[in-house]
Amino acid sequence: MHVRLLRVSLLILPMLFMLLLGTGLSGASASPSADDTAASDAPPVASDNAETGCQLTKPPDDETLSIYGLICDRRESPRVPVPDVTVLVKDASGNEIGRSVSGPDGSFVIDLPGEPISYLGKTYAVSVDKATLPEDTEPEKTDLKIAINTDTDQPVIFPVGAAGPGAEGKLIQAIQLTITGLVFSVLLAMASLGLSMIFGTTGLTNFAHGELITFGALVAFAVDNLDGEIRVGGANVTIIVGVLAAFLVSGLFGWVNDAGLWRPLRRRGSSLVAMMIVSIGLSIFLRNVYQYFAGAQARNYSQYAAIEPWEFGSLTVTSRDVVVFVVGMGVLILTTSLLRYTRLGKATRAVADNPALSSATGINVERVISIVWIGGAALAGMAGALLGVTQGFDYQIGFKLLLLVFAATVLGGLGTIWGAIVGAFVIGLFTELTTLFIPAEFKYVGALLVLIVVLLIRPQGLLGRAERVG
Amino acid sequence: MDFHNLLTLSLQQALGPTAVIYALAAIGLNVHFGYTGLLNFGQAGFMMVAGYGMVFVATEWGLSLWLGTLVGLVLTVILALLLGLPTLRLRADYLAIVTIAAAEIVRQTIGAAKFSDKFGGQDGLTGFIQPFRDANPFSGTKGIPGVVTWSAFDFWVMTVGWLLVALSCVVVWLLMRSPWGRVLKSIREDEDAVRSLGKNVTSYKMQALIIGGLFGALAGFMTALRSASIGPSFFATDVTFFAYTVLLIGGAARVLGPVVGSIIFWFLISALGIFFSQATSGTDPLIPASIMDSTQASLMRFIFLGLGLMLLMIFRPQGIFGDRRELAIDAR
Amino acid sequence: MPAETSLPTNIEAANEEGLARSKAARAALADVKTEPGAAKPDPILRADGIVRQFGGLRAVDVDHVEVQRGVITALIGPNGAGKTTFFNLLTGFDRPDEGEWWFNDKKLNRVPAYKVARMGMVRTFQLTKVLARLTVLENMRLGATGQRGESLLSAMFQPRWAGQEAANTERAHNLLARFLLDKKVQDFAGSLSGGQRKLLEMARALMTEPELVMLDEPMAGVNPALKQSLLGHVKSLRDEGRTVLFVEHDMDMVRDISDWVIVMAQGRIVAEGPPDSVMADQRVIDAYLGAHHDVALTFEEEEKILAAAEAEIEEEQND
Repeated sequence: MHVRLLRVSLLILPMLFMLLLGTGLSGASASPSADDTAASDAPPVASDNAETGCQLTKPPDDETLSIYGLICDRRESPRVPVPDVTVLVKDASGNEIGRSVSGPDGSFVIDLPGEPISYLGKTYAVSVDKATLPEDTEPEKTDLKIAINTDTDQPVIFPVGAAGPGAEGKLIQAIQLTITGLVFSVLLAMASLGLSMIFGTTGLTNFAHGELITFGALVAFAVDNLDGEIRVGGANVTIIVGVLAAFLVSGLFGWVNDAGLWRPLRRRGSSLVAMMIVSIGLSIFLRNVYQYFAGAQARNYSQYAAIEPWEFGSLTVTSRDVVVFVVGMGVLILTTSLLRYTRLGKATRAVADNPALSSATGINVERVISIVWIGGAALAGMAGALLGVTQGFDYQIGFKLLLLVFAATVLGGLGTIWGAIVGAFVIGLFTELTTLFIPAEFKYVGALLVLIVVLLIRPQGLLGRAERVG
Repeated sequence: MDFHNLLTLSLQQALGPTAVIYALAAIGLNVHFGYTGLLNFGQAGFMMVAGYGMVFVATEWGLSLWLGTLVGLVLTVILALLLGLPTLRLRADYLAIVTIAAAEIVRQTIGAAKFSDKFGGQDGLTGFIQPFRDANPFSGTKGIPGVVTWSAFDFWVMTVGWLLVALSCVVVWLLMRSPWGRVLKSIREDEDAVRSLGKNVTSYKMQALIIGGLFGALAGFMTALRSASIGPSFFATDVTFFAYTVLLIGGAARVLGPVVGSIIFWFLISALGIFFSQATSGTDPLIPASIMDSTQASLMRFIFLGLGLMLLMIFRPQGIFGDRRELAIDAR
Repeated sequence: MPAETSLPTNIEAANEEGLARSKAARAALADVKTEPGAAKPDPILRADGIVRQFGGLRAVDVDHVEVQRGVITALIGPNGAGKTTFFNLLTGFDRPDEGEWWFNDKKLNRVPAYKVARMGMVRTFQLTKVLARLTVLENMRLGATGQRGESLLSAMFQPRWAGQEAANTERAHNLLARFLLDKKVQDFAGSLSGGQRKLLEMARALMTEPELVMLDEPMAGVNPALKQSLLGHVKSLRDEGRTVLFVEHDMDMVRDISDWVIVMAQGRIVAEGPPDSVMADQRVIDAYLGAHHDVALTFEEEEKILAAAEAEIEEEQND
């Protein structure tokens, strides 16, 4: 089987270590001003690398994962590279993995030994050996934690040839993260919309929703794995077909889920709590079946794996992200329009609002629920496939995402359509933008904390209606 | 197929330290879910906070494990209060989502590289076990020779563990036959009815959350003691889900349900694991490698577990040995 | 409050005394004006300016109302008049947007439901809330107030609560006998019929020794054979000196047992008075009896549901 390794051939670490004023002015560094603190929270500070005398150079374009960066003295203008500084990379338990010494141009490259795949999802500490710094200098930051992820952490999984966010300002970085966050938000919104619609019409809190997401990624992978390429008019459209297939087959899968399991349970009059626990069983079952057939390794689709980014000044955007965003937005707009303007959509919202009342007005509630399952699963599956396109996937991509999907739906208001979308954008942007201030490893923690805080203040969610008692 | 080996190893699992841990965790969930109807999906979080609390006191401050357990219990109560205050007034599914999220927050925070100097990051903490080892009165191997044996250390863990389980069962039994237990069971049935009779439902739910969390804390202590280490990977979300399966096998709202459930659960999981492992190993495996290789074989037990959890909840929500009379009233 | 001391050891005596009091209370109603919000000589419950809003809908909008102590007061009105919502507001199960109300001259604003119940104002529910997987006896025992065994600290020490439990059990047996449930004592409450559930709920409410019993549609879903005995039970509550306020659709029941009737329509109180005069009132016939006519009910209901659904969808589209 042709497994294409993630072509994360290069890892650009925003490692521009600014050197603060030396000991002569160390009073300032002992009690840093607000600005200094803010700047030192995130490594890449200052901008206009075009003018500086301290420029980041690309390490060789190869299959090894490397961490590279630059050490400049910020006191001078233009900046002066600082040579002969030792930089270390350590894993989470403190074992040294690699080290390097900055060259005359201030840059350093640390190759990470072994298969790039073995670094995925792990966290590493990069630090400067203070003893090797020139006298009278002190770094603003000697330690940096980086997480090498398959997720949307764009600066980390940046492909070769990027201009290097290392030389960007905070604003630029914020914009970059916003772009990443938007792409992620759209996919999260698709997944959340499905969950929310199913919750709204049936009351089921489906813990197996993550597996619907994974299902889509797997369907696209199966298409990608077919022999040869699918070409239309000379263009390779394999992955497009894959995503479409994910949409359709996931819809069918949703129908099977409903007709084979949930509808009979509803007929029996099973309680919602019982169904919730059944969905946990289903989640465990499906996740292991997926692993049975697809294995545990992280995977990527053959196409779209390595993309030359477009550069706008120091911003970089890949065509892949643009395509994913546009497709995702299109699907979201289409779905909400359908819900808004078609008879079926109105019926769906009526059922979500009050099933008994809808039934009394002649709406076929079971049929609506069936369609919601098909639509919800199709959306989730497509989100999974697109997620696989942007960041790769493994058999538990959906399970890992499940809590964020819950967070998005609860945040917006369980069961509300707009709520799920708004919630997804809040969570999606929040997870990315908080990395400006807190280490990337805490970004999900932050999002989940937001969820709890919102529940405290506004239990019905941002867009939910207060519940009527009696 | 070596059935003797299969039975021996499965029995070893069914009575061993792992079964103890899950019995304790499920006793806690029994108080939460079985008796009070609270959907706590973050039992792993309670276990983790308590376990790390105990270990941290020993590794960081060099104090005794006894003091550590005390700290662990206090931290558990604090976690229960933090989770309960915002959610106990809300619908059941909100508590489920918040507890599962909180457990993940705890796990990612304690496991973060940022705090690795305190909590050891993904590798966790070790080097606290000596006092516990020193207290071990056993030596050699224990058990019934030829049928089932454990190492002296495992046997020591088991002894302590099963004693804790027995003690917990007595406490649960005493509590649940009292009027206090009656209020909890009534809340499970219909909290508005209980409220209309003048009982402070939120306060009772909080008490239940704390008590059940404390049993989870015991499970957390045992997790650390049996492995002589503690790490974030011991407390994944699935731990809670497995504990729910344990509870449902034995029967929720029964004092001994979690104990029976844990023994059966670990016997089955182990037996399934060994069966499929044997069936796929050797030069002429029972199941051809083209259908199932040894990695896939190791997944079969979890596939069965998932299926089992679904089928149990659908067809026998009152547990394997449940009361048909109860089923007749509420098959849901 | 130790439960033992409040046990009605001599039911007959209690009844006689209660009977005398309730007769006096009923007699006092004779002078009350038959207009919405009329002042009563001895009100147990008073409410002022209660408003509850659901979105654009004013579900409850009550200017003033008083409930006389020691009598049976019926709260009637067409579907959707806000009766149950008003009940929920008074008992602390929902919070009004505006307004104040008093029980025995104690202000109840922001008092949680369980405290309201402890003060002696206990309700039942339209859809009975029996505790299905508890026995009938356990359902009853739960109702007793001031149980020492309900505190976590004493729960584990049986001697601390065993005596009290025995006394509560005896009281429960007496009440169950009175409500003809004594053969069901050890059955799960979930196995009872609809009517028996109503009886159990009422008996359970009595375990709390309430001053004011609030019954939400006690006759709904009860088979006709049981209705007469239920009526008798409600009357007996009054005759032992309690106040009863109930919501009901069944006009026969209202006419039969109530001493005073309050009519709600569209969230407001539109009429008040003794049953006969209220039912002759043109406003009531317009607001209530017209809408309650059998054939018209199903048809109009359907229309209303349709309109409501349309409006709902329309509203959502416009936001």
